[in-house]
Amino acid sequence: MEAFKKITAKIMPLDRANVDTDAIIPKQFLKSIRRAGFGPYLFDEWRYEDVGEPEMDCSQRPIKKDFVLNNPDYQGAKILLTRENFGCGSSREHAPWALEDYGFRAIIAPSFADIFFNNCFKNGVLPIALPAEIVDSLFKEVEAGYQITIDLDTQTITTPKEEVIKFEVDETRKYRLYNGLDDIALTLLQADKIKAYEVERAKRAPWLFA
Amino acid sequence: MSEKTLYDKLWDDHVVHTEDDGASLIYIDKQLIHEVTSPQAFESLRLAGRKPWNIQRNLAVADHNVPTTNRNEKIADPIARLQVETLDKNCTEFGITEFDMDDIRQGIVHVMGPEQGATLPGMTIVCGDSHTSTHGASGALAFGIGTSEVELALATQCLTQKKSKNFLIKVNGSVGAGVTAKDIVLAIIGEIGTAGGTGYAIEFAGSAITDLSMEGRMTVCNMAIEAGARAGLIAVDEITIDYYRDRPYSPKGEHWFMAEREWQKLHSDTDAEFDKVVELDAAAIKPQVTWGTSPEMVVDIEAKVPNPADEFDPVKQKSMENALEYMGLIADQPINEIKIDKVFIGSCTNSRIEDLRAAAAVVQGKKKSDSVALAMVVPGSGLVKQQAEKEGLDKVFIAAGFEWREPGCSMCLAMNADKLQAGERCASTSNRNFEGRQGYGGRTHLVSPAMAAAAGVAGHFVDVRDWV
Repeated sequence: MEAFKKITAKIMPLDRANVDTDAIIPKQFLKSIRRAGFGPYLFDEWRYEDVGEPEMDCSQRPIKKDFVLNNPDYQGAKILLTRENFGCGSSREHAPWALEDYGFRAIIAPSFADIFFNNCFKNGVLPIALPAEIVDSLFKEVEAGYQITIDLDTQTITTPKEEVIKFEVDETRKYRLYNGLDDIALTLLQADKIKAYEVERAKRAPWLFA
Repeated sequence: MSEKTLYDKLWDDHVVHTEDDGASLIYIDKQLIHEVTSPQAFESLRLAGRKPWNIQRNLAVADHNVPTTNRNEKIADPIARLQVETLDKNCTEFGITEFDMDDIRQGIVHVMGPEQGATLPGMTIVCGDSHTSTHGASGALAFGIGTSEVELALATQCLTQKKSKNFLIKVNGSVGAGVTAKDIVLAIIGEIGTAGGTGYAIEFAGSAITDLSMEGRMTVCNMAIEAGARAGLIAVDEITIDYYRDRPYSPKGEHWFMAEREWQKLHSDTDAEFDKVVELDAAAIKPQVTWGTSPEMVVDIEAKVPNPADEFDPVKQKSMENALEYMGLIADQPINEIKIDKVFIGSCTNSRIEDLRAAAAVVQGKKKSDSVALAMVVPGSGLVKQQAEKEGLDKVFIAAGFEWREPGCSMCLAMNADKLQAGERCASTSNRNFEGRQGYGGRTHLVSPAMAAAAGVAGHFVDVRDWV
């Protein structure tokens, strides 16, 4: 996983609430047994005129010009600005894989669905929940070339007007994301505790260890 | 000692270690594995040279991609076939038990788990599928995870979690005839919204919940995720314990009696405190029909399609306008005048024997409307199918012009060949009415099995209470 320390990048505004993971990456692409290569199919149904199929060459596909991903003003954006309950629905990690593969490193919204939120941290993508009125004001300010800086260490966003917005992030998640750490290696450091738990649990619930 | 909720008890029972910020290492008793969200996890384990912590804590089955037509033929789609074959190969390589496509026990992972007694009360259960919340119906802590956590649970039998808050939803009184578990949970989602349960574990309680069979309880917990909660829970009672008696993987002999004693404790204490409580009156719940592209966009069968002009919140108003456009509906149109093209009875929400019985009772002696192009019934597992056939339900459906299929996820998410064409409208017993969910451009209305069956006969939505 790529560590997340500090980025300065353009914002892309996606003005929709309850964006579900089926919209982020439609089901036909989940047939892949790989982890990479989902970026070209990100928001496939909103982005292209035709029906997307796995392994399709997207460079030749007709695009929906009014969809924000196709707006030349926001090309190269690494931060997605959106509305509440982003990432609801299916647990598919293909959603953050597609966002990350496309180039997004952070997502700002008033709220996120739990499983998606968690999946982002496993993939070097920082989801930031901000009060709805701040998200609203960012939507009003965003225009071509609008850039912000996100600093995970200080947990701050700095706008072009030098306005500083604080955000919350759990310590454990921050530490792992900031350092790009492997969850499994960290968890295996607790192997003795896991084994001790199993011994103790087997006494209370022996049927689970039969 | 302070009083605990059911969720508190399950949580405390599985904490291995807690960090200073409250993040805890939680022990996982059972992981269910399917073909879509596991290949990258196995590949990653292989690359790192890691082995599963305990192969017996995992059970695998292919469900999302499997065809619901002739099982003697291989999967036609080569990409889907590779994914199912990859699961077979991974399970063989790592030594994990898998029910393959020809096994009578094969089925939707959330139907198969409880049916086999593989997921039990008091367990922590995970699966790379958001509808893992289903298993909470047995007083277990069950939730969906992404592929990175599938790998983590395989390698360490643990996950790092932050404890959720406690949410109690009480459904008091009893529902009327023709009103089902599906209508209860859709009414709940309509009340609290699709993000109403975000950050919470929801315990469903009240007499309308405890009156439900295990199948009905699974329907309710299944859709906790559609209310934003990763986990839904229902306390253990005699109905739960009776359900698990003599299941293939249920505890045996002395262990059964020990388990039964422990499971009796799986309920919230009388004075346990919840962070949020919502109460509903069951008698007021009518058959529900979704009209939009989010499960919270739901009304009852007597209602009309809502009008965005009546919505004050501009973000919601815009969502409503988008939904109406996608769904091809007009504001203020009566729900019972909406004509349908297809019927889908199945999914991890509504494909258990009780669901099939309810649908069969409605279509018995009737015919599918000529205006309905296809009505399909997809049992949740090979064993559900076998039981239904023993009861003659297959013949009832076939006589009515409904198709009787092989088990799998099918048109709930349309990863296999079962899908809607653009513009087609479906009365569906599944759980998500998102844009494109059942096929590109497809339009989904979520309903109960009885309501879907009745719509298939009438050709449009009807109040099934007039039929029972």
